[in-house]
Amino acid sequence: MTLNATEIKVGDSYSEMIVEDLTRTQIVQYAGASGDYNPVHSDEKFVTEVAGYPTVFAHGMLTMGMTGRMVTNYVGDGRLTYYGVRFVNQVWPGDTLTARAEIAAIREEDGDTLVDLTISTTNQDENFVLTGNATARVD
Amino acid sequence: MAVDRFPVEASHILMFARSIGDTNPIYYDEAHAAGTEVGSIIAPPTFAQASAQFDPDYFLRPKAGQKWFGSGATPSGAMAVEKEETSDAKGDEKKSGSSAGGLHAEQHFTYHRHLQPGDVLTGETKPGENWEKESKRAGVLKFSESITEYRDENGELVITARSVGVVTEKVIEQ
Repeated sequence: MTLNATEIKVGDSYSEMIVEDLTRTQIVQYAGASGDYNPVHSDEKFVTEVAGYPTVFAHGMLTMGMTGRMVTNYVGDGRLTYYGVRFVNQVWPGDTLTARAEIAAIREEDGDTLVDLTISTTNQDENFVLTGNATARVD
Repeated sequence: MAVDRFPVEASHILMFARSIGDTNPIYYDEAHAAGTEVGSIIAPPTFAQASAQFDPDYFLRPKAGQKWFGSGATPSGAMAVEKEETSDAKGDEKKSGSSAGGLHAEQHFTYHRHLQPGDVLTGETKPGENWEKESKRAGVLKFSESITEYRDENGELVITARSVGVVTEKVIEQ
């Protein structure tokens, strides 16, 4: 799927549930793929007794990766020119996350039509866990 | 973090896509990809972060023969040792990984093109700005920025990554 500039307008939005009941195993899977084995993400003993958190939590980059899936499902493959986020709250096992993109601007640059997106991901309590922006080329 | 050689491989892209729950065939099915606009398998947008696999000194990976700061017989194997060993480390991630408060605050990618299997990249990281902020939930927050430029074998800039790490004064209140 790609976006066509004539079929979109500022304020249009798209959202997806990006994970339902996040598992500790998926966090481990992400650790293995990304190479980030920080024990705060997988080691219950370390994270509770040394780091002082209630349990393990997801890599921010796992949330960014899952949110990125929503973005590329919306704008199409290979279309992103920029994707950036802030991690505003931790993501815990059991969380269900919904990611949303809203069109903030449609503009021309160097002969390309670009769309600027405002991105946010919220948990089941409707707290933001991630906020960000992306820019993609559209047709 | 400096990565002298980051080979982008199809099986790694497949595993990475699986880990973020992305079943898009553009990340694993060559025949499908050939018929799309991009024309080949590409990597998901956050894949460059997996360059950590190819950083020989990456602090957050257990290494053979070295103490690891996660739990074994005791809740933390080697925090003091690791801290000393990495005291000359420039990257914020390296410092924050051994403390309770080190977290990833921001991540930004600018794509000059998208990664494909067969790309062999270098990644050069330079420190950026440092700043502090007061927070109700975690005390003084110390932010530090780093910028990594990923270049291909022709020296062309492929992805620019900007990372912000934060060390919190205390564990974030839940």
